[in-house]
Amino acid sequence: MSVAAAVTERIHWIGALDPGMRTFDVILKTPSGTTYNSYCVRGSEGVAIIDTVKLECADQFFARLQQFADYGEIRAIVLNHLEPDHSGCLPELLRRAPQAKLYVSESAQLMLKALVKQDGLAFVPVTTGDSVSLGDRTLRFLHTPYLHWPDTQCTYVPEERVLFSGDVFGCHFCDRRMFNDAVGDFRFAFEYYFHHIMRPFKRHVLDALALIEPLDLAAIAPSHGPILRDRPRDYVARYRELATPRLKRETDNGDRTLIVFYISSYGNTRRMAEAICDGAAEVPGLRLSLYDLEGSPVEPLVDLVEEADAILIGSPTINGDAVKPVWDLLSSFAGIHVKGKVAGAFGSFGWSGEAVRMIEDRLRGLKMRVPVAGVKVKLIPAREEILACRDFGRQVGEFLIGRQVTREIDFSELVSAA
Amino acid sequence: MAKARLTFADIGVSVTVPAGTRIIEVSEKVGSGIAYGCRESDCGTCLTTVESGMEHLSEKSPYEIATLAGHNVPANVRLACQTLVLGDAVIRPYGG
Repeated sequence: MSVAAAVTERIHWIGALDPGMRTFDVILKTPSGTTYNSYCVRGSEGVAIIDTVKLECADQFFARLQQFADYGEIRAIVLNHLEPDHSGCLPELLRRAPQAKLYVSESAQLMLKALVKQDGLAFVPVTTGDSVSLGDRTLRFLHTPYLHWPDTQCTYVPEERVLFSGDVFGCHFCDRRMFNDAVGDFRFAFEYYFHHIMRPFKRHVLDALALIEPLDLAAIAPSHGPILRDRPRDYVARYRELATPRLKRETDNGDRTLIVFYISSYGNTRRMAEAICDGAAEVPGLRLSLYDLEGSPVEPLVDLVEEADAILIGSPTINGDAVKPVWDLLSSFAGIHVKGKVAGAFGSFGWSGEAVRMIEDRLRGLKMRVPVAGVKVKLIPAREEILACRDFGRQVGEFLIGRQVTREIDFSELVSAA
Repeated sequence: MAKARLTFADIGVSVTVPAGTRIIEVSEKVGSGIAYGCRESDCGTCLTTVESGMEHLSEKSPYEIATLAGHNVPANVRLACQTLVLGDAVIRPYGG
């Protein structure tokens, strides 16, 4: 059965169908399989191939390519993204079309060498503003890094008004009818893909949209899933909606947001959490929230963390460790952007109190900022310890609003603490 | 041993370090917001603005120069994973 292939008269899909795929990259469920989209662009002075496919699908790719071009006509090969499902057939394609020039983003250079271990591999690094002429058709490059690797870029053909967007606007959905107005209902796949692939990079999505939105678009041709030729702008608008923080859109009074999470076996860590909130409440311009980790599934809390400016986490120490609900929360941050957020830890303990240091290490490992050292209390917090908790909350709050407390330390303190 | 004072402006912490210490060795331990990806001058995740003391930092390698060029950043931006502190400097995460 044939596959719909003509994006325009000059642009054809030459990718591969993988309907049996059920798990992608370990982390993604793909109940509808996926496609690896590759495209052939014909100009008056040569052909360009945009992306290749996974190595296991090489037969499909080369068979389709041969329907639309001879290898000798290929003048340019563009890799918008180097992940193996798009670069897998590159070495063989270069072998068959040795005259073709390879174009990758500036940020892709070292990655390319690590993926294609081939001596003397020649390529041209490109960025926004660079273009390649195919005679009467042009490839224009847009630097759109971190969507979802550092190397990612988009390629636009202005004469056809088609954007080859790489993984942006893509989804795992396999339907040989190929076009968004012809395939089945793929809305779930589109949203799921954004949430699992693009979500940690929302700020970079907004940067990319600033380059993409001004383009005249007849179609968006992503590297997975349906080609978006019916109302392509709707998908651009949906990306902007998904990437824009909700809390600030709904209630942006300029307040900084601080969330205090805790879990408590005897009420001691809870009392600390309350005192920390009391201290933070003395600082103006903060929106404070207090959550008991015992009372909620993790996912809604992750949504809160995504838009918070700061989080503090309190845990008792049980058997030399923070407790499982704390690790469940902390292990769920990989899917959101937490780098640079302010964070800290606190907790009551009975014997040794390792939890606070362990949580702080994890927070730093997540590239969050930990400006104020955490508070540990042995068992029931005494009055002065409650005051220390209030101080901790106030210091974090003051840091958040820019009333910074400066500290001087020696490197040896950091090394001995590690 | 010669010492240098490295100030992380984003968290208000100054650390006295042995001259020749790489920024990454300090920033991760101190809880600064400088983030790292590849740690080998490739990805540009650790772009760092040098507020003062650029002349007290190690020279850029060809790899660092290429990565900085790819990100089109101002002249006072370095990669924290590559840069050695040779004298006093004040830094913060790029864009932060």
